[in-house]
Amino acid sequence: MGGFWSHVVEPGFFQSQTVQVALLVGGVVAAISGVVGVFAVLRGQSFAGHAFGDISAAGGAGAFLLNISPLFGFLGMSLVAAGCMEAIGVRRVRGRDVATGVVLGAGLGTSALFLYFNTTLHSTSGAAISVLFGSLFAISTSTVPAVVASATGALAVVLLLYRPLLLSSVGDDIAASRGVAVRVTGAVFLMAMAATVALAAITIGAILSTALLVGPAATALRMTRRPSTAAVTAAVIGAAATWLGCLLAYDSYYWPPVDHGWPVSFCIVAVILISYLVVEAARSHRFRNASVRDGSEIRAAGVTPHLGAASDGGHDALGTSRTD
Amino acid sequence: MADPASGMMAGTGPPVLELDGIGVWLSGREVLRDVRFGIGPGEVVGLIGANGAGKTTIIRVVLGLLSPTSGRVLIAGRPRPRRNRSVGYVPQKISLDPEMPLRSRDLVALGLDGHRLGVPLPSRRRRELVDEMLRAVGATHFADARVGSLSGGEQQRVMIAHALISRPKLLLLDEPLANLDLRSEQEVVDLVARIAKDQGLAVLISAHDLNPLLPVVDRVVYVANGHVASGTTDEVVTSSVLTELYGHHVDVIRLHGRILVAASPGLSAERGELEDSIDGATAV
Ligand SMILES: Nc1ncnc2c1ncn2[C@@H]1O[C@H](COP(=O)(O)OP(=O)(O)O)[C@@H](O)[C@H]1O
Ligand SMILES: [Mg+2]
Repeated sequence: MGGFWSHVVEPGFFQSQTVQVALLVGGVVAAISGVVGVFAVLRGQSFAGHAFGDISAAGGAGAFLLNISPLFGFLGMSLVAAGCMEAIGVRRVRGRDVATGVVLGAGLGTSALFLYFNTTLHSTSGAAISVLFGSLFAISTSTVPAVVASATGALAVVLLLYRPLLLSSVGDDIAASRGVAVRVTGAVFLMAMAATVALAAITIGAILSTALLVGPAATALRMTRRPSTAAVTAAVIGAAATWLGCLLAYDSYYWPPVDHGWPVSFCIVAVILISYLVVEAARSHRFRNASVRDGSEIRAAGVTPHLGAASDGGHDALGTSRTD
Repeated sequence: MADPASGMMAGTGPPVLELDGIGVWLSGREVLRDVRFGIGPGEVVGLIGANGAGKTTIIRVVLGLLSPTSGRVLIAGRPRPRRNRSVGYVPQKISLDPEMPLRSRDLVALGLDGHRLGVPLPSRRRRELVDEMLRAVGATHFADARVGSLSGGEQQRVMIAHALISRPKLLLLDEPLANLDLRSEQEVVDLVARIAKDQGLAVLISAHDLNPLLPVVDRVVYVANGHVASGTTDEVVTSSVLTELYGHHVDVIRLHGRILVAASPGLSAERGELEDSIDGATAV
């Protein structure tokens, strides 16, 4: 480690307990959000995923008000919302946005009310900022095991439903005809997604949780043709963006305005957005070259961009002609 | 009801599929009434009717996705079990956008074990089965392409491989020729004929136009007005049977190996909906 590295990685970065907690919780939650996000995008449920972030904010704000652990506030509210959406009819493609919109509206209203009480009754004005924009550097060590355990649980559910979820994203009828319990599968996935988004909302904030759910997934879907690789890639991008964001936020203390660090959530989201743009640019570049070469854009879509091979250890580049 | 061939089976042994007096009501409307027909082993049967006649509804009943209001579905002579993977199914359309990371071989493999829980482990046997199936439908050269980026005809091949990899005795194809160009249409028809013959598979294939299927179908089931008429093409597609089925006079014209079905001019001018209900069956 020369002088250069001590500028990039602030001495003491890895020793700080705040940083260690942030890297652990942020990394785990971001990786799992990436995996869940791939299925959310495949199933056309990114709007519902976004809604869980905003709705769980109402739970977070309520938890501040009642002085209970924000974890239970975020998680509880999000799961209740998932139950409501399922009851209203999130399954039908047409009913999906309506059900989500209705529940989202109710959640945002409650959220506004609770945040208002927080500011007026308790004068805890920091609640609004920390609920909406998160505080990866302010996670209390005591909630770490619960956060990691619930995130792992959500991941286990999604991995368990891996094949039925893929099959029903091709078509509900086709999945049902193969013996998949489509309705139960959808409901359980919705719950797992609600839990994942709630955990993301705690770590980088309700408003930005969508970025963690959809950003890495959208990038991964552009990089690979295989569902398993897409899930792994999204997890890697999510975790890497979160860690890089933490590092940048730590370093930003020396950026203007001097002595005021930049919000860590902003840094994470910026990294996610940039990685998406880079992959997109690399892909359209490849498209152009491929079209000039053989006039076939569609076939080129199947070719894995270099970035995909780099970030998941060359997995896809070596394995394109093999089954999983 | 005109049903000259009910119970008549080309093959031997018990019918692979038998519909016994199926009635279906949807949203307070009677969509199907007393539908009865059977399919023998190795038989290819065309399910013919205009849009909205009830073809998809019949297929959904056979799959157990829809419970009929009355009647029974028998598979190999027994009431169909609730979960039944012995029937292969290719839906009318699949919802796959070109970006979806699912290759042809992934979709075919899901036909084998898509209902199972957990992440699939790499297995040589599974890979060989998938490769063999892709070869059987002529999909080897787009095995590694995203399914969503394939043409309609290519997607049909992949879906047929998906449906057949679990070795069903009965294959249901819902309008596989819709939205295909003439050449792909011909290729899919040839593929179905070859597979049915090679594997002794019973096939129910729905279409709004009988003509492209004429070379492959052993029998037809004609759907109109919630009723069906079934039998050989010569038995069913006649002026008298279709007139009774539609409840209006219908002319059947055979021309250079094609069949044209048309309402008589006076009637169709008088009743616009008749023309609608018949044009699907007309060769244009
Ligand atoms: N879920 C439903 N509720 C009410 N009516 C339905 C439903 N599904 C289908 N139908 C009606 O049943 C009839 C048959 O539909 P369908 O089986 O899809 O026809 P086809 O496949 O021959 O075009 C149509 O009139 C359609 O409007
Ligand atoms: Mg139909």
